[in-house]
Amino acid sequence: MLLDYLPIAVLVAVSTILAVVVVALGGILGPRRKDKRKSEPYESGMRPIGPGTRKMPVRFYLIAVLFILFDIEVVFFLPWAVVFRQLGLFGLIEMFVFILILLVGYVYAWKTGALEWE
Amino acid sequence: MSTVQIVFLFVGFMILLAAWMMVSRSNLVHSALWLVVALFGVAVLFVLLEAGYLAVIQVLVYIGAIAILMIFAVMLTRGDVESLTHITNRYAGWAAVMGAFLLFGLVIVLGQWPAFQTTSPEAIESANPVLDLGMAFVSPDGFTVPFIVASVLLLAAFIGAIYAAFPRKKGE
Amino acid sequence: MGFLGDPIKFIGDWLKSLIAPLNLPPVWETFLSTLTSVIAVASFGLLIVIFLIWVERKVAARFQDRLGPNRAGKYGLLQTFADMVKLITKEDTTPETADKVVFNIAPVLSVVSVLLIWAVVPFAPTWFGTDINVGVLYIAAVGSFGILSILMAGWSSNNKYALLGAFRAVAQLISYEVPMLIMLMVPVLLASSMGMVDIVARQDMWFIVVAPLAAVVFLISAIAEVGRTPFDLLEAESEIVAGFHTEYSGMKFGMFFAAEFLHIFTVGVLFAILFMGGWRGPGAEQFPLLGMVYLMAKSTVGYFIAIWMRSTLPRIRIDHMLAFNWKFLVPLSLAILIVTAILHKLFAATTLYIPAMLVGNLVIFLASLGALRAVAQRQRKQRKPFKKRPVAKAA
Repeated sequence: MLLDYLPIAVLVAVSTILAVVVVALGGILGPRRKDKRKSEPYESGMRPIGPGTRKMPVRFYLIAVLFILFDIEVVFFLPWAVVFRQLGLFGLIEMFVFILILLVGYVYAWKTGALEWE
Repeated sequence: MSTVQIVFLFVGFMILLAAWMMVSRSNLVHSALWLVVALFGVAVLFVLLEAGYLAVIQVLVYIGAIAILMIFAVMLTRGDVESLTHITNRYAGWAAVMGAFLLFGLVIVLGQWPAFQTTSPEAIESANPVLDLGMAFVSPDGFTVPFIVASVLLLAAFIGAIYAAFPRKKGE
Repeated sequence: MGFLGDPIKFIGDWLKSLIAPLNLPPVWETFLSTLTSVIAVASFGLLIVIFLIWVERKVAARFQDRLGPNRAGKYGLLQTFADMVKLITKEDTTPETADKVVFNIAPVLSVVSVLLIWAVVPFAPTWFGTDINVGVLYIAAVGSFGILSILMAGWSSNNKYALLGAFRAVAQLISYEVPMLIMLMVPVLLASSMGMVDIVARQDMWFIVVAPLAAVVFLISAIAEVGRTPFDLLEAESEIVAGFHTEYSGMKFGMFFAAEFLHIFTVGVLFAILFMGGWRGPGAEQFPLLGMVYLMAKSTVGYFIAIWMRSTLPRIRIDHMLAFNWKFLVPLSLAILIVTAILHKLFAATTLYIPAMLVGNLVIFLASLGALRAVAQRQRKQRKPFKKRPVAKAA
């Protein structure tokens, strides 16, 4: 079973080499005319105003947290789905309890407006 | 030295290097990216242990969610590009010496521990680890209660994260 | 069976006979055969992008009642080569204040993350890169590297617009990954395995017949994952300049571009494997080449739907898009999963299986339509009545 992962490791190496070669080829084959205007950050043709970074609103952070929670829920779901064929009522009920508890959290998120203005 | 051992040594070295780079960079975003390298190394270790499911979960959850959350957090809370923190302070030299002593002592003490001299028993061979994991989750004498407790934990995380982001405004 | 019967095996045997006289230890033999098959898969992926860009431009043009590229070569087939040559010979500008290392790694990571998906795609009963038993989750995990590359691209450009574009892009991508993961569970549930080869082997009845709503939701969230219209805020040319890849030019931009096109075709292929039976078809077991032909034919269905959606639908705003995902798709996908699980359990080996599943899907579909209608009615009632305002008269 360990050998199953060897093609993936080789593919990582091969595709990285391929991509790096193509990008390097682009760098070599192109002209190299440095210009002050070209090196500045692009702001629709004007001089850039303000620093290059700024604070981001909180809602991006919230979306990431929601994603983590649902991701972990899926992680627990998957082995259950694989053995689903052999399960009896107990397995079904257990999973529904799991989903129910998570739905409580989801409804709480909805009601407090965490899913708004996203 | 079998191939697996060579790969393990290489991956272990890569993880340690990534961890060292992570704590020694002053640019926080670079630190976060070195963290991603370290987490990927851990995923490769899981593959070497023939725990494919855990390796894939490691990449999906840790790199795909938690590392991204950390990068978001870094970008949310910093004002400018270059960080103003100093990595080392005046006592860095003394701290290194004390750390080396501690490491030396730990290695000696743990070397005497009998459990370190014997090889641990092999993991149970299984044709389909995911199937076994699934059966363990749903059998009453398996891990059913921790399964449900995990969902309660996730609920707590839900509520906590939302409360932390939207504190109850006064007078509402 | 000869060359046509099983070309890959034929070529594989021929290569093995080439290195046999060298008498290498078996480890090297496995390594070399893995290397050749991996190089074959990677080049197939990269070469098919060239063909796909041409298909996309022609089909999108036909939707818009025009011809599309037809100057470079017969029917414009060489157009993509011309574009590639143009991109390669463009200057590779890097902004002065950009983070050089991260800036250069981002496009490479983007392409690598898409190519890695092809390792687990089963083209035919015996042609696949590898058959790991967690293939389905592997695909989702590899997608997260693509997300990371977008963040890296937006950050390292040191450009406000690129960073904002990258944040919105990542928010969209991780949001739509939730219904995609939940819908990926439906074939896993029906096939009792996470491996791609097993899922195809179990599709005596295509899963799209058994779980049509799951297939539709998967296609929608996968198209949103790639970043195509109507979800293409990632690169909305008319809005934040070019989003996270504003500062990229030349071949680095070409890499992002190629990665996106390959990704959408990969989504088509995955749709075909997970829901439409993959390489299954008459005669595919004896002639693997036929199996691959079937797979490519089926994946063009998903690809065509993506181009169709791109040509007909307008772009959705970011807040509408995220509301659609979190308030509609996520509960819908959970409902689909639960109903599919219950019905699968109750009717598994009986003759009523397919009608019961179809009825279940229909019920969910009608219920969700009813819910949307109720919400829309409530919103309409709450809207304030339109006040008549004086209209300017032209003197």
